[in-house]
Amino acid sequence: MARRSVRPVAVVSFAQSDMMRREEHRNDVEVLQPVIQDVFGKIGLTKDDMGFVCSGSCDYLVGAPFSFVQALDAVGAWPPMRESHVEMDGAFALYEAWTQLQEDDIDTALVFSFGRSSMSEIGRVLTLQLDPYYMAPLWPDPVALAALQAQALIDAGKYTEADFAAVAARSRRDARTNPHAQVTGDHSPEELLGDDYVVAPLRRHALPPITDGATAVILAAGDRATELCERPAWITGMDHRIETHALGARDLTTSPSTRSAAEGAGIGRGDDGAVEVDVAELHAPFAHQELILRDALGLGGTAVVNPSGGALAANGIMVAGLVRMGEAASRIMDGSARTALAHATSGPCLQQNLVCALAAEPAGDGRG
Amino acid sequence: MAERTAVIGVGQTYHKAKREDVSIAGLVREAAVRALDDAGMDWSDIDAVVIGKAPDMFEGVVMPELYLAPALGAVGKPMIRVHTAGSVGGSTALVAAHLVSSGTHERVLTVAFEKQSDSDAMWALSIPQPFSAPLLAGAGGYFAPIIRAYMRRSGAPDHIGILVAVKDRKQALKNPYAHLHIEDISFEMVRDSIMLWDPIRYLETCPSSDGAAAMVLANERVADGSSSSHPPAWIHGMSMRSEPTMFAGRDQVNPLASKECAADVYRQAGITEPRREIDVAEVYVPFSWYEPMWLESLGFAAEGEGWKLTDSGATALDGGDIPWNCSGGVLSSNPIGASGMLRFLEVAMQVRGQAGEHQVETVRRALGHAYGGGSQFFAMWVLGADKP
Amino acid sequence: MSDEPVTMLATPIRIEYEFTAGLAQSRYLKGIAQGRFLGQRCPKCGKVYVPPRGSCPTDGVPTTDEVVLGNTGIVTTYCVVNVPFQGQSIEIPYICAQILLDGANIAFMGLIQEIPTEEIRMGMRVEAVWVDEKDLGPTMASVKYFRPSGEPDAAYETFSEYL
Repeated sequence: MARRSVRPVAVVSFAQSDMMRREEHRNDVEVLQPVIQDVFGKIGLTKDDMGFVCSGSCDYLVGAPFSFVQALDAVGAWPPMRESHVEMDGAFALYEAWTQLQEDDIDTALVFSFGRSSMSEIGRVLTLQLDPYYMAPLWPDPVALAALQAQALIDAGKYTEADFAAVAARSRRDARTNPHAQVTGDHSPEELLGDDYVVAPLRRHALPPITDGATAVILAAGDRATELCERPAWITGMDHRIETHALGARDLTTSPSTRSAAEGAGIGRGDDGAVEVDVAELHAPFAHQELILRDALGLGGTAVVNPSGGALAANGIMVAGLVRMGEAASRIMDGSARTALAHATSGPCLQQNLVCALAAEPAGDGRG
Repeated sequence: MAERTAVIGVGQTYHKAKREDVSIAGLVREAAVRALDDAGMDWSDIDAVVIGKAPDMFEGVVMPELYLAPALGAVGKPMIRVHTAGSVGGSTALVAAHLVSSGTHERVLTVAFEKQSDSDAMWALSIPQPFSAPLLAGAGGYFAPIIRAYMRRSGAPDHIGILVAVKDRKQALKNPYAHLHIEDISFEMVRDSIMLWDPIRYLETCPSSDGAAAMVLANERVADGSSSSHPPAWIHGMSMRSEPTMFAGRDQVNPLASKECAADVYRQAGITEPRREIDVAEVYVPFSWYEPMWLESLGFAAEGEGWKLTDSGATALDGGDIPWNCSGGVLSSNPIGASGMLRFLEVAMQVRGQAGEHQVETVRRALGHAYGGGSQFFAMWVLGADKP
Repeated sequence: MSDEPVTMLATPIRIEYEFTAGLAQSRYLKGIAQGRFLGQRCPKCGKVYVPPRGSCPTDGVPTTDEVVLGNTGIVTTYCVVNVPFQGQSIEIPYICAQILLDGANIAFMGLIQEIPTEEIRMGMRVEAVWVDEKDLGPTMASVKYFRPSGEPDAAYETFSEYL
């Protein structure tokens, strides 16, 4: 798979709504609209400056076909714009925008995603992602499937429930510094282990919250990025891979697609074989999944993982992956990190994974 | 466009009201396998898969790319699912094409489908939303008032829509894959069919079909070395544009997004007189009157004159100088998620000389067009027999 | 057990949703509950939207200024629906029209009754027919339908830009 050198593209702005359990008064457009204004406002641009607009969302989540069409009202698609949409997490919309920015007919792109999980029975909606002939009619919900994966980890002797609690405790403590986070907490892992099981071996703390929210990112290429932002977060590589669907045909304790995606994103390893990045934002809706992802990525001990609190602090379906990218980029934009990694996932038990490598400098030869 | 990109393989299913003989996976594989065979390729030759379809309510499966990954040889590869309403088949092809033109991948398989008999298509299209009046009676209920506005604006006589319906269904008889094969289709038959949403009659309306379309797109290096028995169809231009579905002052009959999308794709392809320079077009016409409307919007006829072009027979495969929808078009096959890609795919077939009985004799350049939603989303490409 | 292949598998799916009207639409529906149409004007382009949707579709900003609209308007275009479909509540054939209320800058879809379907015309002036006052509520069902107002038709030029 030969690849010409990557055009330097960077994240130059990021905005998100306050993530919450239930948005009582505003509809999707009204939640999204201030986020769009914010992402533009931070760098003094408007919709008219965008070369391409791409969004991610899910009709079934919000109970309406073509739900993304009206969402464009939050942007104002006039005069007519070059625009597209994926029925996936906004992280994949960002990937599409990044690939289109590789051609030099456009210099900027707006990416956004939204979703209000409070509207529906989110477990049922996600169960409909499963094979409609063999799996979905059994109605296994996402928590049950995640529990299968967690149990497989324990049975393989890789991790314990205490390890899951440690991830949850750390994530929710760190979320206290994130003004947009939905769930924060200050408990020790030992305290958390006192919770009842929801579906063994998962206790409540190991589960993601149900979240309403929206987020947006602006990408810019080359000199345009440096004009707009003091410290652009340069994308040095990005890739995604999908695994097979039937859970029984996968080793749920590993994430080979995350590993392949990271290699495709050009994420290099240090002399000790570990991946050295300053910050990693991993889209792990369930606590045990962070451990699987760390292993797949080969993250070295110095990486700060999910300083935002990650998906355990706010898990907007269709949104959380793009938020990971924005959060990772923010650490570079605010100067606190030189290298970062963002990950997004889709499907049951980490079936599909995207990895994005970010840095304070654009890549030299075009590769990470 | 950075890298030259070409279509080097195409495949589609036999479109039918209900494909009871295949599962969803079987349906998409049928098209994909045909495309791979046509390209002289195997699953392992593909770098990435881009799949597109319309709302998931049509099958009741959320984000079906997850379930379909193994069926489409995508395991271990990048896979993306595009959704841009009715135009999705077209925009899916464009997303796939950009993966090649940007240098991201060399060989991309793109698939679009709908197995809408699995659900209730009318319901899926207009699921009642609270707070709004339950008036919408499917897509026809939305487009019929707009067609009436066109008729008023242009002064077109009543029979124009009927001509399009007859022409496209006659042409479908030469397309073995088409859903509708109405052997004795005639002007009288269409005229006398029941009025569904006045002024749209039953036989001026697209069917509801199960079907899939697939293409293999490749860069120049791969296309030049392709073992396909047909030459590559090169992308000379591609464009997508959106505008809001409803806004004060919107021209619903001839949306600006449509005109700008066409202008962009023509500019890229170096086309200034579409009627003269394009040899064949596959244009998304789900209701017969959209042919004269799009003839104007796409610059084949002056504003208000599209109906005259239709009336003259110029858009017919038989005897016309600018044949439109030789495959029978959306009026003959309409698996919603695939229909846009079928337009893009059929012009690839025309350029590559593989359209069989509905082949136009000499095709150097062809236009593929798709639109969706409330006529607010447009995707188009121009293909050529020569490298751009 | 027969040798026929299994071709269909019926899996009933039921999901319940809770919809939020949103701030703009809530204000509109409260107006409906009082028997009046409230439009909202975009502060940038000045166009009056009814029903309002929370954001001006061309400018991407909230439509904030409320405008009380009357009960009358014109039919800019229409179709006669004659197709039965699942979930339909109105008897076919019926007229589905784009109605431009006086003072609004965008038409909305509405049902036309009290006129034979052959007599509907573009430009016809219509008025809203509401339910009884005691039955008014924050729902579109408070407006039963529109009917001809008896006033002379509007000239084509006065509404052609709304098509």
